[in-house]
Amino acid sequence: MRKEYGLAARDLVDTLRYSSIKRRDFLRFCGVTAGLLGLSEAYIPKIAHAIEKGTKRPPVVWLNFASDTGCTESLIKATYPNAADLVLDILSVDYNETIMAAAGQQVEEILQKSLKDGNYILVIEGGIPTKHGYGMIAGKDMMDIAKEFAPKAIAILAVGSCATHGGVPAANPNPSAIKGVSAVLGDAYKGKIVNLDLCPVNVEVLVAVIVNYLLFKKLPELDVYGRPKTFYGQLIHDNCERRAHFDAGRFVERFGTEEEALGYCLYKMGCKGPMTYAPCPKILYNDRISWCIKAGAPCIGCGEQGWTDKFAGFYERLPDVSIPGFKGVEFTADKIGLAAGVATAVGIAAHAIASSKRIKKGGEE
Amino acid sequence: MARLVIDPITRIEGHLKLEVEIEGGKVKDAWTSGTLFRGFEIILKGRDPRDAWHITQRICGVCPTSHGHTSSMSLEDSFKIKPPDNGRIIRNIIEACQFVHSHILWFYHLTALDYVDVVSALKAQPKEASLKKVQDRLKNFVNSGQLGPFANGYWGHPAYKLPADLNLVAVAHYLEALDMQAKASHLSALFGGKMPMTMTSPPGGTTLVPTVDILANYFSRVEELQKWVDSVFIPDVLAIAPYYLDYAKIGKGHGNYLAWGVFEDSSYDPKKRLLPRGIIMNSQLKAIDAKPEEVTEHVKHSWYTDSAPLNPMNGVTEPNFTEYDTNKKYTWAKAPRYQGKPMEVGALSRMLVAYTSGREKAVKLIDGTLKALNVAGKPEVLLSVLGRIAARTLETKLILDEMVNWGMQIAENIKNGKAAVYTDYKLPDSASGIGLWEAPRGALGHWNVIENKKLKNYQCVVPTTWNVCPRDDNGIRGPIEEALIGTPCVDAKRPVEILRVVHSFDPCLACTVHIIDPDTNEIHKFRVS
Repeated sequence: MRKEYGLAARDLVDTLRYSSIKRRDFLRFCGVTAGLLGLSEAYIPKIAHAIEKGTKRPPVVWLNFASDTGCTESLIKATYPNAADLVLDILSVDYNETIMAAAGQQVEEILQKSLKDGNYILVIEGGIPTKHGYGMIAGKDMMDIAKEFAPKAIAILAVGSCATHGGVPAANPNPSAIKGVSAVLGDAYKGKIVNLDLCPVNVEVLVAVIVNYLLFKKLPELDVYGRPKTFYGQLIHDNCERRAHFDAGRFVERFGTEEEALGYCLYKMGCKGPMTYAPCPKILYNDRISWCIKAGAPCIGCGEQGWTDKFAGFYERLPDVSIPGFKGVEFTADKIGLAAGVATAVGIAAHAIASSKRIKKGGEE
Repeated sequence: MARLVIDPITRIEGHLKLEVEIEGGKVKDAWTSGTLFRGFEIILKGRDPRDAWHITQRICGVCPTSHGHTSSMSLEDSFKIKPPDNGRIIRNIIEACQFVHSHILWFYHLTALDYVDVVSALKAQPKEASLKKVQDRLKNFVNSGQLGPFANGYWGHPAYKLPADLNLVAVAHYLEALDMQAKASHLSALFGGKMPMTMTSPPGGTTLVPTVDILANYFSRVEELQKWVDSVFIPDVLAIAPYYLDYAKIGKGHGNYLAWGVFEDSSYDPKKRLLPRGIIMNSQLKAIDAKPEEVTEHVKHSWYTDSAPLNPMNGVTEPNFTEYDTNKKYTWAKAPRYQGKPMEVGALSRMLVAYTSGREKAVKLIDGTLKALNVAGKPEVLLSVLGRIAARTLETKLILDEMVNWGMQIAENIKNGKAAVYTDYKLPDSASGIGLWEAPRGALGHWNVIENKKLKNYQCVVPTTWNVCPRDDNGIRGPIEEALIGTPCVDAKRPVEILRVVHSFDPCLACTVHIIDPDTNEIHKFRVS
């Protein structure tokens, strides 16, 4: 049912992943990206063409609001392509306060020129304080800056949990009244904003969405939260490398034990994987060297909107409440959105029984 | 007399505004202020203490690990536990990777452009094919007319002193360093799950159980970073420094230095850490021990309800916004003081404390560098902008060399049946604790008070607050404000010399926790009046 994760594309990703890539290889990057986007191999030369033959590198205005710069940090840790390729060859990063050479007045000049020229990809990192004075750059409220730059953007990428829904600084009691980009810009921008949840954003997802745009001149298909279905359409739990242990009832009961060394399931340690829709188990982090659960750390659900409060008590076991009709893979974020209130609880017990059948079938899909 | 406002200061983390008064081509007075309030201490109240180490990592995406570790240590103090030896070592490794990442990024990508003229690199006449290739790439980039992050730099400013060939080498290494800082972060993720926001260091130790695969992967990656730092990073600094020796006399500041110490020793004694705890006062190069009870926070010039100076254990975060007025209140950063004195924190403080405590590795590295720069026996030149650059560079090497030993110790412990990485505990009903540690940018402290198994109070005194703080109750300037005094500024429209001083502290404003931009209708980033 989920075409985006077609078998060919997945194999391609796996092949590339395990072929011990030592050095940057442009076509391989294109292949990985094709895989991430669920495109066939036929698209690889098209991706290369879209990136290499562009007459003008697409301008990027990267605004940093109520954030901790963790997403800029993610960006510069990109591997395929690496940060130098992104900055020099693929994009024109015209505004990013963390890396730009200019300061003060010279920065303002750049910003005004970008605004005049328009047609930039607007990346917003960090949430937006809605109280006057609680987040300002050069005397302007961040909220006003967002509203000033949004209309002339060709696409708006809200990167990381703070930008999508406010993130940690918006946690109760939300002292700065921080909101996500979509909430501040309103319905007029529906479909124009891509929300890339996770704290911080996974840079492979960010790059793939940009490449997708260069290739098709449009944004990927989005779910009800404005997230690309390709990446946020499946539960961590359903793709987890420790899933077999969950199904077999083998759990880690204490950190640092033999059970952990054997890679048993972290559900009892508070893992939020059964409720979190995110691509972590498939693309990992940091040049795919690891991810939370691989390192023995239970998922804290940072890919879910409202995660800080929603999952507060990160080491508490998820409540044992069943949702009738819960069907794992088929139960997408869209339906969670419709199920609203009940979606905060998961039927682990029912799930365990249902899942033994489904996992076999799922593998063939 | 001219007042100059630089807002935003770029190539730092977060939003910093600087106002300086210039007279006779030199800075006569300075005021530092930030621009964002996120109120983490308010958010933490009432939460499950075990969540604090995840939440406080989000204070800073550049040094999340340091906050996470400090938080876990602060809670372990409350729980009266320590991690087992391998847990301790794994945390050291994760922290070390972050330091290496941060220092490489700071030198090449945040401050180097204050010394390296990218446009001048186009005029170089390289013989080496690899340099020629970099130059061609740069030429293509410039010819495209889209200068991206290099647009509007102060290129051609008379304060840029490097010859074209050296500028080109530095640009080539700027690009190479982008890869190396990423590699150092990937190494954090090997033990920490991901970076930024490592996942494996909750109170008690670490969730990661080390395997042979992980260790083998670790050693090969550390070796690659070591080789690069020895053959590129250190030689670059030694090649560039002689052109800027005047910066050994610029940006000194108060001459007070504080380090809580970092990289835990098997004895858990902060004075025995790889970089030990200590303070240096009044430029007297002699370290004495530091005590957390000597810390107070002043708020006379910050937007908080006025109160007597408080120790963070009893600290309050009660905002009280008034207008921006450099004579009254002008920032949301509190002013932390040690025995009532402003203290500089960071790599220079750590290396000076290690050096004056007679730590063999620090002494060897610093003396060797002083000799290479023809200032042997004059460590006082380190109390400067150049000193901060040298300290970060040498600290990177010192840490990388130790990383190899730590990897060996993990293996040795496992062989000897000491494989434990986690100490279990029972959450106490009431308790209080302190965690004192270092982020790459300097001394970091977390104070927690637990009541009914929930956090009743949580206060952080973070590195950049020490450095970027305003005047205190006695009107004494903060460290960056003081360091700026006397800095030359030949062209007020392009104040590159001022940026050098500010960047030498590697400010990280997200870390400053309680800050807001007070300036209201200031549209022009420069105001020369």
